Amino acid sequence: MGKLIYLDNNATTPTDPRVVEAMLPYFYEHPGNAASRNHPFGWVAEEAVDYAREQVAQLIGVDAKEIIFTSGATEGDNLGIKGVFEMYSRKGNHIITVKTEHKAVLDTCQHLEKLGAEVTYLRVNRDGLIDLEELEAAIKPTTILVSVMWANNETGVIQPMKAIGDICARHGVLFMSDATQAVGKIPVHPKEVGVHIMAFTSHKMYGPKGIGALYVSRKNPRVKLTAQMDGGGHERGMRSGTLNVPGIVGLGKAAEIARLEMAQDTERLSRLRDKLEGALTQLEETYINGNREHRMPHVTNISFKHVEGEGLMMTFNQNIAVSSGSACTSASLEPSYVLVALGLGDDLAHSSIRFSLGRFTTEEDIDYAIEAVSKGVNHMRDLSPIWEMYKEGIDLNSVEWQEH
Amino acid sequence: MAYSDKLLEHFKNPRNVGTLDKSKNSVGTGLVGAPECGDVMRLQIEVDPETQTIVDAKFKTFGCGSAIASSSLATEWLKGKSINEALTIDNMDIVEELALPPVKIHCSVLAEDAIRSAIADYQSKNGLEVTANEKEKAH
Repeated sequence: MGKLIYLDNNATTPTDPRVVEAMLPYFYEHPGNAASRNHPFGWVAEEAVDYAREQVAQLIGVDAKEIIFTSGATEGDNLGIKGVFEMYSRKGNHIITVKTEHKAVLDTCQHLEKLGAEVTYLRVNRDGLIDLEELEAAIKPTTILVSVMWANNETGVIQPMKAIGDICARHGVLFMSDATQAVGKIPVHPKEVGVHIMAFTSHKMYGPKGIGALYVSRKNPRVKLTAQMDGGGHERGMRSGTLNVPGIVGLGKAAEIARLEMAQDTERLSRLRDKLEGALTQLEETYINGNREHRMPHVTNISFKHVEGEGLMMTFNQNIAVSSGSACTSASLEPSYVLVALGLGDDLAHSSIRFSLGRFTTEEDIDYAIEAVSKGVNHMRDLSPIWEMYKEGIDLNSVEWQEH
Repeated sequence: MAYSDKLLEHFKNPRNVGTLDKSKNSVGTGLVGAPECGDVMRLQIEVDPETQTIVDAKFKTFGCGSAIASSSLATEWLKGKSINEALTIDNMDIVEELALPPVKIHCSVLAEDAIRSAIADYQSKNGLEVTANEKEKAH
């Protein structure tokens, strides 16, 4: 097996050992239900949850009362969008979102379309950014929600959140964001940019899986959501279900570490990312996907032309973990819809690899990856008939392909 | 997804990678798939006109690991076979040999198409009756 290098931190991050340590007492020593108000077991659990809620609130600069614990960002996205749709149905049924959103948002919107919602899916430009004028033009009297992800999972592209927030405020429309990839990695302050509802999760920021949070603004405006999970009325009635105390403690600790170490992590990771990206783009016919200025510090998405992404990954995936926008990694055989929305041809989308670095990535890892990936690209190009044709000067667009 | 050892072997050490001179009458070339679909296979055969036997086979493939392994295996199987024998190679033989998972069966179909397409090219180049027409397929 040999060396194992993890460059797939946008899929999930390892749980920081400091987080694990903070969680451990809440499995056996402190097993209480945070809703048990009548004995010390319950008090200890409630205290731990309150403390974690404070830690999470502090990371994103909101009031602790505005944090609703969920099972993760998919649940947060569902609760935010469906909760608004139901709660504000008298105002309207129109939702605006973006083609490059995560499936948790897109599929939720598609579900609501069957229930009578009207949804506008905004396009993005070649850089992955939305057009603000197009957004403003799409808003109408029936618009109840604009939902735009903070940072994209595949490209790391960061949307102009403040400008979007200003437009929403001007039109009195609620603004929601799936900030899964941004929280804990870059400064994310929903109140400063006018975001009213924001979903995020613990396992993308070195916390455990199965726990996340939804920020729901309580003041200016006071947002109300229709609960999607009925029961004991936990979490201000918005999300019933016994609180996952160890998970919440872990998320809290992860949030605290992120707040304290974000600046140094960002600086180190952007340097390593730039090193990786600089070295790999030395190879001929490589393209960086997405805006390079408005981008997460630890992500790069590169297309290696005339090389198929999954095949390339197989040359090094015994040692290096990355993701590909290639169709072949999914059962659908369709290439990444995010990259296609950026206007990449299907061929370049099939040729893309996402590298996402993390807190535990070392310089040695990057050096190893540069060598292995470069070798893989060259090997795959030696095998590629279209690389040979390209080298012979044949215009690939003029070839009559036998499509399947 | 876990791949069979045989598939990984063919992927890591592909047999018969290369290019034959397509201007030669004894060489048949099949180019199937499309870059937009994520798979392009070029398979070439060189035929001894006396015996109608495939004496050499080469490939280059743009595609996933299963596509590369399928074409590598196909070239290995083609060498030494007569044209008629080569036409009996079925995509399901490749699926079985490499233990391709269901989502990768199209790779074997592509390899079979490449074989037929290369044979058809050889036959039409040499004024022979083209017996390698593509099978009816539902894909």
